[in-house]
Amino acid sequence: MGNEKVNVTVKINGNEKRAEVEPRTLLAHFIRDNLGLTGTHIGCDTSQCGACTVLVDGQAVKSCTLLTVQADGSEITTVEGLGQVGNLHPMQQSFWEKHGLQCGYCTPGVMMAAVGLLQQNPNPSDEEIREGLEGVICRCTGYQFIVDAVKHAAQLMRETEAEVQLVGEERL
Amino acid sequence: MIPSKFDYVRVNSIDEAIQQLQQLNGEGKLIAGGHSLVPLLKFRLTEPGALIDISRIAELKEVRKEGNRIVVGALNTHFQVANNQIVKEHIPVLAETVRQIGDIQVRNRGTIGGNIAHADPAADLPAAAHVLDAKIMIQGEDGAETMDMESFVIGPLITMLPENSVLTAISFTIPPSHTKSAYLKFSHPASGYPVIGVAVVAGVDENNMIDYAKVAITGVGDVAYRATAVEEKLLGQELSETVIKEASQYAAEDGEIANDLFSSEEYRRNLCKVYTERALKAVLF
Ligand SMILES: Cc1cc2nc3c(=O)[nH]c(=O)nc-3n(C[C@H](O)[C@H](O)[C@H](O)COP(=O)(O)OP(=O)(O)OC[C@H]3O[C@@H](n4cnc5c(N)ncnc54)[C@H](O)[C@@H]3O)c2cc1C
Repeated sequence: MGNEKVNVTVKINGNEKRAEVEPRTLLAHFIRDNLGLTGTHIGCDTSQCGACTVLVDGQAVKSCTLLTVQADGSEITTVEGLGQVGNLHPMQQSFWEKHGLQCGYCTPGVMMAAVGLLQQNPNPSDEEIREGLEGVICRCTGYQFIVDAVKHAAQLMRETEAEVQLVGEERL
Repeated sequence: MIPSKFDYVRVNSIDEAIQQLQQLNGEGKLIAGGHSLVPLLKFRLTEPGALIDISRIAELKEVRKEGNRIVVGALNTHFQVANNQIVKEHIPVLAETVRQIGDIQVRNRGTIGGNIAHADPAADLPAAAHVLDAKIMIQGEDGAETMDMESFVIGPLITMLPENSVLTAISFTIPPSHTKSAYLKFSHPASGYPVIGVAVVAGVDENNMIDYAKVAITGVGDVAYRATAVEEKLLGQELSETVIKEASQYAAEDGEIANDLFSSEEYRRNLCKVYTERALKAVLF
């Protein structure tokens, strides 16, 4: 038992991808190793740190705790799908302006968790932002600047009514 | 970490799930949100021959009112339960409980059925299930049956779920309209799981006499329990701070309180009293 591979189709950052995977392949590994999108980091690998957070059908999920087969048919957004140099997503812009990072290792996951939070709650209070970031760990910032950045991003996004911008083909 | 190899099959109905379980003859394991199972697979603490993915079975996603009960389909995620209008209106203690589970990412994936079926001694949900007299609804080879929490969860990670069956829904009693409720949790700072969680539904009559009291505690031992000794001390008494304080002294009475590397039995017994008192005050004052 266990030697049957499974066909999966996902739409990742706007692009449809098909692949044959072992059922045990974690989504985090699929994104990094099969699709080459190394912006999604693996930190603790035990569902705690949230560095591997991506959006699956618009919801923040720890990709180390999901099998690729579970995500078959869904739309996935990784940090590469947020924006690009020269055309940053409001979340990226805000992390830059408000110094929401230092070493940057946790940052992709933190930003995806924050985008997921704002999709569920576009106008969160400070406390709701802190609660919303319970699933990510940052060892540099002490979180204060991250909270500032998310608050700023929420304001920018409300102003511009920006949705998560999925960038096209060229990122893959 | 990479799990051992397994096969994977996705099913679209409860019947199909049961058939697959039968065919796989003990080698098959159901997966819903995977947020208890995938970590176990990664540590290779469980090595099933095949996973049967039930997460897309539409009939397991309903939430409906049936007389004085609310029936919540097993596949509703913690996020969905926390934001469901019917749940918020009729059994708010359930919404308050699941809102405190893990973190956003966990609540987006974890399901209420998976939480009860997994029977983690540190899960939040069982406390709310106990105070709402939950009935666990099961569909198996020989048809449907229901069990209450006491008979369903018999030990840490051990349930009476019959072989080749699916937990389809959990049915909660709507408490009387004059009652109020709360779920109070002290989280382990690293894991987010409760060191203790206390759920309370209680109310007083027009003479300020306590006429309804359900108290349940999770996280402090192998299984969550109804603190019936506390309830008995409260019922029929005139509401006062002293009555609450005295009743809370019995909060550890009905449980088997654990002594492990997280905390001593003595500390946990104290937490039971303190958190029960706080939860009762939050509800009754
Ligand atoms: C980082 C992290 C933090 C967490 N924190 C908390 C917390 O604070 N409090 C808390 O209560 N929980 C917590 N959890 C657990 C979370 O709530 C789980 O999602 C939940 O316990 C299991 O639901 P699931 O749908 O993910 O189940 P799965 O992982 O898919 O399944 C778990 C088990 O139940 C069985 N099963 C699932 N569905 C059914 C069904 N319908 N019928 C029969 N058997 C079924 C499976 O076969 C498996 O054995 C946490 C999890 C993680 C990863």
